Amino acid sequence: MEHPARPVNVTVNGTSHATEVEPRLLLVHFLRENLGLTGTHVGCDTSQCGACTVHLNGAAVKSCTVLAVQADGAEITTIEGLADGATLHPVQAAFQEEHGLQCGFCTPGMVMTAAYLLETRPDADDEAIKHALEGNLCRCTGYVNIVKAIRTAAQQPR
Amino acid sequence: MHPASFGYEAPASLEEVFGLLRQHGEDAKLLAGGHSLLPAMKLRLTQPEVLIDLGRIPGLSGIRQDGDTLIIGALTTHTEVSASETVRNLLPGLADTASVIGDLQVRNRGTMGGSVAHADPGADLPVTLTALNASFMLTSAEGGRTVAADDFFVDFFTTALEPHEILTAIHIPLPAAPTRTSYAKLPHPASGYVVVSAAAALTLDGSGACTGARVVLGGVGGTPHRATGTETALNGQALTPEVIAAAAERAADGIDPHADSYADEEYKRHMAAVYARRAIEAAAARA
Repeated sequence: MEHPARPVNVTVNGTSHATEVEPRLLLVHFLRENLGLTGTHVGCDTSQCGACTVHLNGAAVKSCTVLAVQADGAEITTIEGLADGATLHPVQAAFQEEHGLQCGFCTPGMVMTAAYLLETRPDADDEAIKHALEGNLCRCTGYVNIVKAIRTAAQQPR
Repeated sequence: MHPASFGYEAPASLEEVFGLLRQHGEDAKLLAGGHSLLPAMKLRLTQPEVLIDLGRIPGLSGIRQDGDTLIIGALTTHTEVSASETVRNLLPGLADTASVIGDLQVRNRGTMGGSVAHADPGADLPVTLTALNASFMLTSAEGGRTVAADDFFVDFFTTALEPHEILTAIHIPLPAAPTRTSYAKLPHPASGYVVVSAAAALTLDGSGACTGARVVLGGVGGTPHRATGTETALNGQALTPEVIAAAAERAADGIDPHADSYADEEYKRHMAAVYARRAIEAAAARA
């Protein structure tokens, strides 16, 4: 059975988009395929790995587990929208400084989760950082430098 | 992975939902945070014809105290529950439970009502809400009814909810006497779901004697399990380490846990006693 397309009006990285989508379209595919924002990755596709993490109305969410139609009216930030022009977000700069990545596949999700954590808990210690990263998997197992990078970002004056 | 094709409705009121449920019957599924339903749809474990998104209906989320009852809207997220000062002060065991569900991103979307209505035997909230003697407000076009947690969870993924009803709120009684609450969980290392967990709600009198205990196990059956032998062993007693240890030993009485590839029956029985003890100790240690 054919199901009618539904309107979706969203603001992504400050730009408004008005379109219609199939109800079953996942937010991650809307971002990657409809908008061409391929920085948001699909890793496990089963809500485990966190590579698809974006900010939906300011909250870190797994965009493989949100329908695009559920995001109607929302403000979304992806990894492409985190830097301020040529100036990296403090979390991005800290990942670079502390070598918080190996292959880089999980990095967009790690950075988006970390940026959300520091918005909500600027004083996060190592225990809080590790608890916050439970939903982000790094298959290179480079967690030590990831945690170090987030700790460095947390210590930046803001 | 894509879910099978479905129609999507985003009603703005409960009245509209009732109409849609009448129209679509069992072809429709209610969508709250979607963190149980959407993964199941992507795996094609379920293929509803229509999704009715409750996310745009005002008044279904929020936490408020109404006299001696704490009322939590069904669409309140786990993050909101775990961060709530009200919940942290009154029922720290509930805040602790919400803070160990899934992961941070899941807690930002997953809802209290969704978790309760889904009734996954590996879920956390049904265990704690049963220990807290919560009841669930089920609303329909005909009105509403409340069902106690003890009666709500019927079997694996099966509850007392009728197809035309919506779980709209969770009501938790706040006893006059100080009640100490806790949650202890052995999570599956990969999925984060419960292998075995225990929730405790202990009411103490001025002398420190336990005047009311509810101790509930998760992961040992299709529904949360009241460890009545443990509760009986605590009632009327001062909570010394010896009393707690002896009571916890009875936690596995009468359970018939299902074995899986991670935990066999004997292991789950042992963990039931261990986690019951940890939950009771944690509750007793609350100031």
